[in-house]
Amino acid sequence: MQRIGVFVCWCGSNIAGTVDVKAVAEALGKEPGVAFSTDYQYMCSQAGQDMIKAAIHEHKLTGIVVCSCSPRMHEATFRKTAAAAGLNPYMVEIANIREQCSWVHKDIPTGTEKAIILGRAAIAKVSLNTPLTPGETPVTKRALVIGGGIAGIQTALDIADAGFPVDIVETKPTIGGKMAQLDKTFPTLDCAACILTPKMVEVAQHENIRIFSYSEVESIKGFVGNFDVTIKKKARYVREDLCTGCGACVEKCPMKKVPNEFNLGMDNRPAVYIPFAQAVPKVATIDPTACNMLKNGKCGICSKVCTAGAIDYTQKDEFIEERYGAIVAATGFNPISMDKFDEFAYSQSKDVITSLEFERLTNAAGPTAGKLLRPSDGRHPQTIVFVQCVGSRCAACAEKGKEYCSKICCMYTAKHAMLTRDKYPDTEVYVFYIDVRTPGKNFDEFYRRAVEEYGVNYIKGMVGKVTPEGDKLKVQASDLIANKQLHIDADLVVLAAAIEPDKSARPLATMLTASMDTNDFFTEAHPKLRPVESPTAGVFLSGTCQGPKDIPETVSQAGAAASKVVGLLAKDKLTGNPCVAHSDELMCNGCSSCERVCPYGAITYEDKEFRQPDRTTKIRRVASVNPAVCQGCGACTVACPSGAMDLKGFASMQIMAEVDAICK
Amino acid sequence: MQALTRKQLIDKAVSLLDSNTVSAVLGWKRGEFDYDITPAVFTSADELNREFIWNDFCGANFSKYLVSKTDRLEGKLLVFLKPCDTYSFNQLLTEHRFDREKVYAVGIPCNGMADIDKIKKITGDGISKITDNGDNLIVETLYGDAPVEIDKADVLAERCINCKSKKHVAYDELLGEDGEVISSNRFDEVEKLEKMTPDERYAFWQNELSRCIRCNACRDVCPACTCEKCVFNNPASGAESKAPSSSFEEKMFHIIRAFHVAGRCTDCGECSRVCPQNIPLHLLNRKFIKDINCFYGEYQAGAEVGSRAPLVDYTTDDIEPCDVFNGRDTDA
Repeated sequence: MQRIGVFVCWCGSNIAGTVDVKAVAEALGKEPGVAFSTDYQYMCSQAGQDMIKAAIHEHKLTGIVVCSCSPRMHEATFRKTAAAAGLNPYMVEIANIREQCSWVHKDIPTGTEKAIILGRAAIAKVSLNTPLTPGETPVTKRALVIGGGIAGIQTALDIADAGFPVDIVETKPTIGGKMAQLDKTFPTLDCAACILTPKMVEVAQHENIRIFSYSEVESIKGFVGNFDVTIKKKARYVREDLCTGCGACVEKCPMKKVPNEFNLGMDNRPAVYIPFAQAVPKVATIDPTACNMLKNGKCGICSKVCTAGAIDYTQKDEFIEERYGAIVAATGFNPISMDKFDEFAYSQSKDVITSLEFERLTNAAGPTAGKLLRPSDGRHPQTIVFVQCVGSRCAACAEKGKEYCSKICCMYTAKHAMLTRDKYPDTEVYVFYIDVRTPGKNFDEFYRRAVEEYGVNYIKGMVGKVTPEGDKLKVQASDLIANKQLHIDADLVVLAAAIEPDKSARPLATMLTASMDTNDFFTEAHPKLRPVESPTAGVFLSGTCQGPKDIPETVSQAGAAASKVVGLLAKDKLTGNPCVAHSDELMCNGCSSCERVCPYGAITYEDKEFRQPDRTTKIRRVASVNPAVCQGCGACTVACPSGAMDLKGFASMQIMAEVDAICK
Repeated sequence: MQALTRKQLIDKAVSLLDSNTVSAVLGWKRGEFDYDITPAVFTSADELNREFIWNDFCGANFSKYLVSKTDRLEGKLLVFLKPCDTYSFNQLLTEHRFDREKVYAVGIPCNGMADIDKIKKITGDGISKITDNGDNLIVETLYGDAPVEIDKADVLAERCINCKSKKHVAYDELLGEDGEVISSNRFDEVEKLEKMTPDERYAFWQNELSRCIRCNACRDVCPACTCEKCVFNNPASGAESKAPSSSFEEKMFHIIRAFHVAGRCTDCGECSRVCPQNIPLHLLNRKFIKDINCFYGEYQAGAEVGSRAPLVDYTTDDIEPCDVFNGRDTDA
């Protein structure tokens, strides 16, 4: 017979405000098996914990129920308390009478009744608890960073500097990400390339970092400390070990009409290309969709001009398998497609561009060598209209855009407007905005300078329609403060497109079993207290894959993610979760249902000999669970048609006992 | 009239026994009555000639017997499989329930089986003799004055009227002609139930399931029920055999069973065939099959070995839980 102690916490007035804690303690004290029941103001305080320890000794308790906040808050605390008093920590159950009770109910009778029911369920469960002992698993001291933008670069450098090997997987032929495409960076206006490329070189030269460029993560198995990852290194038809990046092939390639994705299609590149001068690795890549040699075997010029002999038309995708202790998602963002924003005539006129395209137009390494010229006719634009929040804060038009604020647009638009006025003082610049949001160090000063020193026309209101007419763009807009309609004949319209997570994030989250929000941003384990960790152990978040961020914020978060990774990799062993599945071999019929649903690959089958009632033996196929790999999700217990699979600490009988106690 | 004769099957079995391809034959023999045909294992030509039966009452699906009958057998077991039986055969193989190497499967065509209860509705009880007369059955009763001639088409079993496939999906050897997968109207009855109000539906099942005598015949015959230890026999499960304490509990047996076989049931219809109380148990399973088709795309359990099983499989096309009650229609 269990001797159960019940401890009802007031949580100050958090619980006691809507729950009569004394009545709860009294009612639960009468439940079968309960040897002791009490209440206290703050059970998690040292005094409260000491009270629990004393009661365990005094009343010889075999199990305890703490009626308090969510087990996510203090289950670990009370398990430690029980262990300190000599009780197995898994003989502790938490009845959540705060988040699931006092906080959601308004009156004391209802709250009290529900708190008693929740307490009763926890008592029913703890009566069936058995002591559990966690196992230990080793930690593979190597990290994987998925994404080679500034977030991935910073995370990798910080982990590598701490002495752990890191691999970066980047889908593009070079690392650098979106930052490599930018011109200047706000609010200090230093050149993006000047501050990014030294970091890219550092990555390339770091003895602890390997770069898998032009590569994708194919599959992820395993769990914290031991993720088994398959990386697909796409064939680039150029041998990385031989290519010197001299560019002879790029120069001689006759197929020069491929839209250049690095310049967002505003100019062309050859079929064999190096995205930009400072690419890392500085290795050419052949685009198989454009190369005549790969498409129909006619050409081969690049292989003739390559003095290093690096061109290899027979190269195949290569699959690399590696084990990692921690994984960092740094998959970044993209501007949303402007297809659904016909009112701005993006698809009708070349002179309606997105802000990222504007960055390329003003970048010295861009299609116009840094001269601000209209894409349509190469003329210098006299009147430029910037439209903010295109697809951002779009609550009423969710099917077109995003509900959230993309956060970076106000600042980069101020930067674009200011730089335009600085370089071309004859240009008239208008910015249409809903609000200008400039929280951040030196941000508001920067925006004020654009308005006050550079004379940018900021107009509160939205652009309703852009109509191409002749070589002009007729912009129809409202000025909300003057309360009038404006008609502007613009030469160039720049749309601050909302940003969205990269499309690779969703399949990656599925592989990682990491959670995402409705916008496909990765969810953090706690929005305030664990902002760089995913709820999935061993998975960390860096940069805009977690939410819109500017560069300084991304770099801070990247460093924070790295420090969490280092904290994990510094451990030799991880204490496992003893609440894992196990199979009753006498009931298992080896049907494989559990193996199919197990997301961790923790279940294998073996042929085992069993004695039969008639003293003969029989060989049967039965499941066995690897407790080090099992994460205790319980999917197998549901899939098992025989009821052979059960979860330690969450046995079906325990859950049923809870349900019965609630429904009594 | 079945396409193959009893003699053709016996000849095949004898030749396989003689050539030592198989060491035993799983077939049908007469039980208590002419219409009460029961599975049996034969090991000699003598036995076969004496007792082997093949007629319109050989409905029993042999697949499940392979689990227990091949276990200690030396050599291979010959099994005759009707098209619908082959689905159960594949499903059991998918679940590793018997050793394929120990089975020699002979596919035989099937023109549908007779339902004895439909015959009894015409002739009344006390059937003493049934004779096969081509397209008709001649039924003699203890009380009847003259033998009654019944058109087989009029007494075809429900599962055969709604036959889903005349095609064998597994065999080592095929006797006779193979057929095609049929698009049947088997979900019509389920749709009728779906259209009822919850109260009407509850009343329907209350009426049907209250007749259950918990004889366990449905479970014992079900090819999806091959657990080493059934939950209903396991005191630790909390669902072992017990007298129902309320009118709801008496339904739980069938509901639990339907959940246990969900996604694995091939709709062979054996549960309804063997039910002595004529409860249309197959409707529960068909509802699951219909829902699985609707939520996860057309799926026939046992159509192939080791195929994707929607309920223990995840794809990004799976229905979102929030849409389950609305079905797939809302997607459009």
